[in-house]
Amino acid sequence: MVNLTINGRQIKAEEGISILHAARKNNIHIPSLCENEAVAPYGACRLCLVEIKTARGRERLVTSCIYQVEEGLTVQTDTERLKMIRRMLLELLLARCPESEVIRDLAKEYGAEKSRLVEQSGNNKCILCANCARTCDEVVGVAAISLSKRGTERELTTPFSADFSEACIGCGSCAYSCPTGAISFEDVKGKRFIKWPHNSMDFKLRKCTVCGQYWAPEKQIEYIAKISGTPLSDYEKCPDCRD
Amino acid sequence: MLEKYQRDKSALIDILHDTQSAIGYLPEEALEEIHAGLDVPLSRVYSVATFFKAFSLTPRGRHIINVCMGTACHVRGSDKVLEEIEKELGIKTGENSEDLRFTLETVNCVGACALGPMVIIGEDYHGEMTPEKVGGVLKNYS
Amino acid sequence: MPKVKSPGELEALRSSILKKRAPDKPVITICNGTGCQAYGSKSVAAAFFDEVKKQKLEAKVDVKTIGCPGFCERGTLVVVKPDDIFYTRVRPKDVPEILTETIGKGNPVNRLLYTDRATNQKVVKESEVPFYKRQMRLIIGNNGLIDPTSIDDYLAIGGYTALAKALKMTPEKIIDEMKRAGLRGRGGAGFPTGSKWESTRNAHGEPKYVICNADEGDPGAFMDRSLVEGNPHSVLEGMIIGAYAIGSHEGYIYIRNEYPMAVRHMSIAMEQAEAYGLLGDNILGSGFSFTIKIKRGGGAFVCGESTALMASLEGRVGEPRAKYTHTSEQGLWGKPSNLNNVETWANVPLIINKGADWYSKIGTKNSKGTKIFALVGNISNTGLVEVPMGTTLREIVFEIGGGIPKGRKFKAVQTGGPSGGMIPESLLDLPVDFDELTKAGSMMGSGGMIVMDDKTCMVDMARYYTTFLEGESCGKCLPCREGLRQMRCILDGITEGRGKAGDIQLLEELSATLVDASLCQLGQSAPNPVMSSIRHFRDEYEAHIKDHKCPAGVCKFVAK
Repeated sequence: MVNLTINGRQIKAEEGISILHAARKNNIHIPSLCENEAVAPYGACRLCLVEIKTARGRERLVTSCIYQVEEGLTVQTDTERLKMIRRMLLELLLARCPESEVIRDLAKEYGAEKSRLVEQSGNNKCILCANCARTCDEVVGVAAISLSKRGTERELTTPFSADFSEACIGCGSCAYSCPTGAISFEDVKGKRFIKWPHNSMDFKLRKCTVCGQYWAPEKQIEYIAKISGTPLSDYEKCPDCRD
Repeated sequence: MLEKYQRDKSALIDILHDTQSAIGYLPEEALEEIHAGLDVPLSRVYSVATFFKAFSLTPRGRHIINVCMGTACHVRGSDKVLEEIEKELGIKTGENSEDLRFTLETVNCVGACALGPMVIIGEDYHGEMTPEKVGGVLKNYS
Repeated sequence: MPKVKSPGELEALRSSILKKRAPDKPVITICNGTGCQAYGSKSVAAAFFDEVKKQKLEAKVDVKTIGCPGFCERGTLVVVKPDDIFYTRVRPKDVPEILTETIGKGNPVNRLLYTDRATNQKVVKESEVPFYKRQMRLIIGNNGLIDPTSIDDYLAIGGYTALAKALKMTPEKIIDEMKRAGLRGRGGAGFPTGSKWESTRNAHGEPKYVICNADEGDPGAFMDRSLVEGNPHSVLEGMIIGAYAIGSHEGYIYIRNEYPMAVRHMSIAMEQAEAYGLLGDNILGSGFSFTIKIKRGGGAFVCGESTALMASLEGRVGEPRAKYTHTSEQGLWGKPSNLNNVETWANVPLIINKGADWYSKIGTKNSKGTKIFALVGNISNTGLVEVPMGTTLREIVFEIGGGIPKGRKFKAVQTGGPSGGMIPESLLDLPVDFDELTKAGSMMGSGGMIVMDDKTCMVDMARYYTTFLEGESCGKCLPCREGLRQMRCILDGITEGRGKAGDIQLLEELSATLVDASLCQLGQSAPNPVMSSIRHFRDEYEAHIKDHKCPAGVCKFVAK
């Protein structure tokens, strides 16, 4: 265990966890958008920045999602400097995705209700946090989508920005992991339609032989069968109808 | 060629360079083959190929024009040279001329700063370029 | 070629090379660096080779092509040794006259000599040329003496002596020497090299990697290009010594794609070093083995950042990562990695040969040794300048650089590339020193020094740098990607006549956010050009915004 101070409070934390996790465990709130417990920390949104002072006296600003707890660390999560940074970051996000309710609410919370900056269009609520691509790669393991190009041209796309990705199994994990709802999917008439910020793809759903409900994309079932080494026939029934 | 790099995943960028040298650009089929041969996700091959400015996923002209936009050349008026080339060929940076003679690109400093503004066509270095010289230089390339 | 299996055999090889050379035989050296090639140096060199053959002068004179010695303003550069007769702007048609007059009769060809603008006198010897005379050319000076594609030339001037000496020292002693010498990273950050080697050596994890950063992305900087093209062995020697001291057996040289000649010359140098047993297995019979691979960049400025470079070496996109854990502990593939700039590596053999006591006498208290600068822009003598740390900017710009051409006035000098700041006339007496330049709102950077005259608009320059950085941002972190875009929009507006009240304030706020919140140094230092130009040239911004005027007459205001 490690002893550190957050906002004046003495905290004990397990070695190896991030400042963000230690704070959350102790009900101290630090904002973040790109952080996702299921995948490795990315450090892209910068909202979780905190001011720290190490035991040796070194002061700096670090992303709490990546920086691990240390003995004798002093952390401040809500200084004036941090408030100004968060406000500016949200002004930048608001300018990037003016149509996102999630961003608008967050911006209001941090005093950035109206952005003084030039509004962008066409980003379709995508803040490039890469939660989707990272989940697809690290959790699902198929890496069907990724961030392409670089800088201000960066986009979350399928390979060649096609309305198709060979590797995609239609599981929808990307949609679940997206903090702004930039990715969505809909199951309609035996098909699943997945919509990414700039592309879309549809999947045939499998019908349960017992209740007749469409329950999962064929491709996803094929994938699960393959990696678990079980026969496809095991998946005739939907989970509700299996014993 | 994949054998030359012993199917080393970390050689992806070198492989993309060699592929582009051989074909002139990086067609979809080539990237698919590289993904299969290296066992690297296609999305990652695509990400890397689109991240680095050296790579082009669309066919390019016979001669690549690289206008240096480095600071030293900028201070000597490279903007106006670029504008003149765009006007002369009727295209914008990043595009191919209609007859596929040229592709116009910009590059950030090639280290020949004494001769700025610098324009490189293929392997030829044209130094001290001015808008007036553009037409004459381009005429030499068929 | 038999491999050299001990320091003794190396010296024997060196002697045999020197024996075959007549020290007094005239040699015509022609610069064949990328800069002079743009002047047509290849045809000049070809003309010399052909004409010597035609006139059957092989016994009387040798012809050699060399790498860039730095006086790029006057290419094609030709020096006739051993008298060091210095010819500028040589063209193929001048070749027969040089052979007849200088080689045949020992007379200089006056019209090709350099004229000292201050005295209007002709200068005969290379060492007397004011541009060179005021420099301390410890590193780049050797470019004038060797054909970079000949390892024998490098051996003839004492090359690989440092390696032989180092292999007889303990790694700890070498690191101690490097620390006492006070060498600081020449890539721009100025981190003490000896300490970095020590951290990497002491870090846990195998294998350890040694990397040379030859990505030189700063526009207007070409010091590293001239070193890799003109003296690749000096870099190799430094890397092998470093690898031995750190305990690494695998190295990488990352060369940017835009430098094909550098890639070629380094490949040749590596092949030759391996053939002689100076690289690869059992170097000089010491039992120490070290191999190197060359990797090319893909055209991304951000890959000059150490973690982005390592990501690129791993075959991934060049996205930096937080450096809370140093790369000396977890770098390439999570293993301890030591990354240094080309010029840093090139200083190593000098330090080992001459010792830390000698080296640390050069420079200032906290910045030791010399630094090579690329002096470019609105300057009379464009080229590479090597001076001891502590030399003032005024000396470099006016005494070595020859001041501003076309009768214009000095306005500012920019150091540190897109990460650096503008330095006005009032600060010209600043010494080049890591800490002094940082205090003034700029930084040493890799060595690019852009001189700007009074016809330069500082707002336009700020816009230029911001546009450059926007295009090079990797796009991972929010403040850099979106912040640079917004700053560029504001600067576009100001330079196009659409500036409004509050623009400067907004630029300052965005700058502060980028400095505090960006993930890597690209974003953290991106506001420097904007902030330094606002600090020193605020009146120009205000003229654009309030008076709708561009004082330098550069910006074309779009009609309302």
